[in-house]
Amino acid sequence: MAIKDFPVEECVLQGSAACPGCPATMALRVVFKALGKNIIMVVPACCTSVIESLYPNTSFNIPVMNIAFEAAAAGASGVEAALRVQGKKDTTVLAWAGDGGTYDIGIQALSGAIERGTNFIYICYNNQIYSNTGIQRSGATPYAAWTTTTVGGKNEFRKEMGDIIRAHHVPYAAQTCVSYPEDLYNKVKKAKKIKGPKFIEILAPCPPGWRFSMDKTVEMGRMAVETGAWVLYEFENEIMTFNGKSKLILEKKIERKPIEEWIKYQGRFRHLFKPEKDVKRIKIIEDHIDQMWEHYRKCYQ
Amino acid sequence: MQSKSNKYGTGGKEIMTIMIDTGNHIAAKAAVMAKPDVVAAYPITPQTTLVEDIAKYVGTGEFKGEYICVESEHSAMCACIGASATGVRTFTGTSSHGLLLMHEMLHWAALARLPIVMCNINRVVGPGWNIWPDENDSISQRDTGWIQFYCSSNQEIFDTVIQAFKLAENKKVILPVMINYNAFILSHTSMPVSIPDQKVVDDFLGKYEPQWKLDVNNPITFGNIIGPDGYFKVRKAMDDAHAHAKKLIPEIAKQWMEISGFDHGDFIEYYKCEGADYILLAMGAIGAESKVAIDEMRKKGIKIGLARVRTFRPSPVQEFIKIGKQSDLVVIDRNISLGLGGALLSEVKSALYNKADAKIQGFIVGLGGKDVTYKDIETICKKAIEGKAKESEWYGVEAK
Repeated sequence: MAIKDFPVEECVLQGSAACPGCPATMALRVVFKALGKNIIMVVPACCTSVIESLYPNTSFNIPVMNIAFEAAAAGASGVEAALRVQGKKDTTVLAWAGDGGTYDIGIQALSGAIERGTNFIYICYNNQIYSNTGIQRSGATPYAAWTTTTVGGKNEFRKEMGDIIRAHHVPYAAQTCVSYPEDLYNKVKKAKKIKGPKFIEILAPCPPGWRFSMDKTVEMGRMAVETGAWVLYEFENEIMTFNGKSKLILEKKIERKPIEEWIKYQGRFRHLFKPEKDVKRIKIIEDHIDQMWEHYRKCYQ
Repeated sequence: MQSKSNKYGTGGKEIMTIMIDTGNHIAAKAAVMAKPDVVAAYPITPQTTLVEDIAKYVGTGEFKGEYICVESEHSAMCACIGASATGVRTFTGTSSHGLLLMHEMLHWAALARLPIVMCNINRVVGPGWNIWPDENDSISQRDTGWIQFYCSSNQEIFDTVIQAFKLAENKKVILPVMINYNAFILSHTSMPVSIPDQKVVDDFLGKYEPQWKLDVNNPITFGNIIGPDGYFKVRKAMDDAHAHAKKLIPEIAKQWMEISGFDHGDFIEYYKCEGADYILLAMGAIGAESKVAIDEMRKKGIKIGLARVRTFRPSPVQEFIKIGKQSDLVVIDRNISLGLGGALLSEVKSALYNKADAKIQGFIVGLGGKDVTYKDIETICKKAIEGKAKESEWYGVEAK
C-alpha cells in the first residue's frame, strides 16, 4: 500500500516524549495504522516506555501494558491466553521491544513464546544499542561501533537474530526498516493475518545513539539497506523472499554501496576515519557483509 | 481414594467428598475448582506434581482455562501478569529457586495490583542442591507486597487456596496471594481432605470482576513512567490494601468455616492457649507437629499453648501483642534472616516493642530440611521455660 492510502487516524498522539527524529515513533505510527485499534500492546523497558509519556498521561491511543525488560514475550503470552479464554479472537497482541529486550535480556522469553506457538506479533525496533539507558552496546551493535561501553569500537559482530528466529520455524518473520514505510506497513499487515508467532524486526537509526543529525533518520536507514548492512526480507512458510533493494543486491542486479557511504555519516564510527582512516577495520566490516550476502545467496537463491 | 460423606469434618453443612491425597494434588484440586481462566507454570521439585495435576485436569476437561507451559518461572509470573491484566482469574505454583527467579515479577504483580494466586512449596535454596523444606524462599519475598499464608495440613491448603481467591479479588484488596506449604511434609504426604461440591466453591467465589484491565474499548496505558508524587501514593494504597486484608482475612475464614466446618484460625490458629504461661509460635508444618508437643507437655503439667502463625503478611501485629500480654513466648523459625535471626522472631519482637513485655526466646530449627519432631519441640520449650535458652539460638545443628 502507498503512503497516501494509509489510514489517516493516528494512535501515536501528541505529547510523546520521544527525541526529535526518533525512529521508534515513526515506525509506531505506521504499525498502528497497519494493525488498527483492536490491539493490545505489551512494552518492556525500552525507549518506548519513555515515549509513552508520564502517568497519568499517555501518547498512545491503544491499550498498553508495560512490563519488565526481559518479559515482553512472556507477558504477551498471558495476554493472548486471556483473550482466547474471553473469546476475543480478533484482538491482535503486539509485543514491541527494543534490541536489548529482544537480542539479549528478553531472548529466552521470546524463544519460549515462539516455541509455544503464541499467537502474537513480536516487533523488535532495532537501534543497535541500549539507547534508553544512554547508548551502551547490545548484541545488535555492529562491529567497530562506538558505544559508552565499547569506547574504541565494538570488537564483536552483531548477532544474527533473524537466523535465530528462523530456526524456530515461525510462520512469518520479516526484516524491514523505518525508512521504507510501505514495506513496514505491508509486512505488519501481512503478519496480522497469519496465526501463530510472527516476528518483525525494524532497523531504527537512532540520531543521538548513532551520532547523526536528527533530520537524517530516513537517509541513515536507506543507506544501511543500500550498503547491504541491513537486509529487507520476508520469511513465510520456510521460504525467504528478499525485498526492495535487498532483492536487487541478492540477485546482483545492483552492487551494494561501499559501507563507508553509511558509516562515515555516523559519529559512532568516527574513530574509523579520524585521526586517520582505519582501513583494516573498515575492510573487516566490508568482508563480513560480503560473507553475509554469500550466505544468503547460497541458502536462499 | 474418594468417598461421599455428609458433614465431614466438624460440622460442615454441605455434602463433601473425602479425598485422600498429597498437598500438591489437593492444591491442584482447589485451584481447578476455583476455575482460573489462565494457569502459567514451570515445573520445579517439589512443586511438579501440582502442575502435572493441573495438566491432568486439562486432559479430563475439569480445567477449562488456558494452561501455558512456559520456559521459566520468570515467564510463568509474567504470563500470569499479562493474563490477569487482561481481566481473568489466574493461578500458578512454584518453589524455592523458581520463586526466587520470579522475584522481580512478584513486585511487579503486587504493584500492578493483580490478584494472582500462587502456591509456593517451601524448599531450601541452593547451593548445594537440596529439595527438603525450609522457608527461606518465601521469607525472602516478604517485601514484595504479596499476602502470605503458611499452611500446616492438606485440608488447610485446600481451604486456603479457595479463601485466597476471595481475598485477592476483593475490590479493596486486589493484591496477589501466596499460599506456602512445606516441601514433602505436606506437598508429598497424603491426608484425608474434605472437598466440597463445585457449586459451593462457585457460590463462595462468584464471578471474577477485575478492577482494571487491558481493554481495546478503553485504551489506557498501564505501568508507564510515574513521578515521585504518584508512586508514593501507589505504595500507600498497597499498604492500605494490606490493612483491608487484615479486616477481611477473619471474615473470609469465618464464612468458609460456616460452609465447610473447617477452622484453621484466621491470622493465627490458637491451640490450648487459654491460661497458658507460655505460648509457642511456629509456622507451617512445624505448627502441626507442635500440637503433639503441646499435648505431651500439657500431660506433664506444663501450661503451654500454641499460636500457629498462618498469615505472615499482612503481619498479625495485634494478635502478637495480645498473646505477648498474656504469656511468655517461644518462637520457632524454619528460616534465617542472616545477621539478625529468625524472621518470625524479629516480627514478634517488633510487634511487642512498647506494647507488651513478654520474655521472648527464639530458636532456629530444621534448616536444609533437617527433621523437627515433637520431641525436639518439647526439648526447645523446656529449655526456654527453664530459662536455659539464649534470646535467640540454633537448635539441632550438631545433634542426631
